[in-house]
Amino acid sequence: MAIRVKFFASLREALPRAVDEVEADGLATIADVWARATDRRTMPDHVLCSVNLEHRSANDPVRDGDEVAFFPPVTGG
Amino acid sequence: MPVLIREEAFDPHDEERAFAATLPTGGFGATASFVGTMRDFNEGDGVNAMTLEHYPGMTERELARIVAEARERWDVIDALVVHRVGEILPGQPIVLTAVWSAHRAAAFDACRFLMEALKSRAPFWKKETLADGGSRWVERNTPG
Repeated sequence: MAIRVKFFASLREALPRAVDEVEADGLATIADVWARATDRRTMPDHVLCSVNLEHRSANDPVRDGDEVAFFPPVTGG
Repeated sequence: MPVLIREEAFDPHDEERAFAATLPTGGFGATASFVGTMRDFNEGDGVNAMTLEHYPGMTERELARIVAEARERWDVIDALVVHRVGEILPGQPIVLTAVWSAHRAAAFDACRFLMEALKSRAPFWKKETLADGGSRWVERNTPG
């Protein structure tokens, strides 16, 4: 199995990548997913994350089959 | 408590009127609504257009949660949230939040809450096309 990774807005353009999949083996936290999906690029301070469509923090756990997303501060409304 | 994401321009007053028609006649004494409209300027620059991106699935879920929280905190009869995505032009509505309640305090307060929670939590992102031909992502929302 794997973890599905999504990037949005300015982050999607900067990487540049919208969707990815990473092997779940050895990944414990969202920060681990970021490291594997971005070749250990430093995570910008302002980046927000979610797991399975819920806001989460970088140190929160992930599991095989999760959908993890990374995005800049939201600017709707 | 519908939450609607629209890819085409919408008329917030038509939306509000149509939704109110589905509520029990005489059941509410107060309606409060907020409409956010696209400006043609931001941070001192002219803006010709805007692209609104979102996270399909998470957007609807987060907005539904925000509406549910408003219903827990205030005596709300019903609420409506409509938000545009895609290409938007100055003057076009971006967002509508509307709340129906028995009395005005709950309607005003819940409507403000919906809007502020949406701006800080719902996964939408704006990219501006500037009058000088450039483009840029909006990095943060302006204070209320």
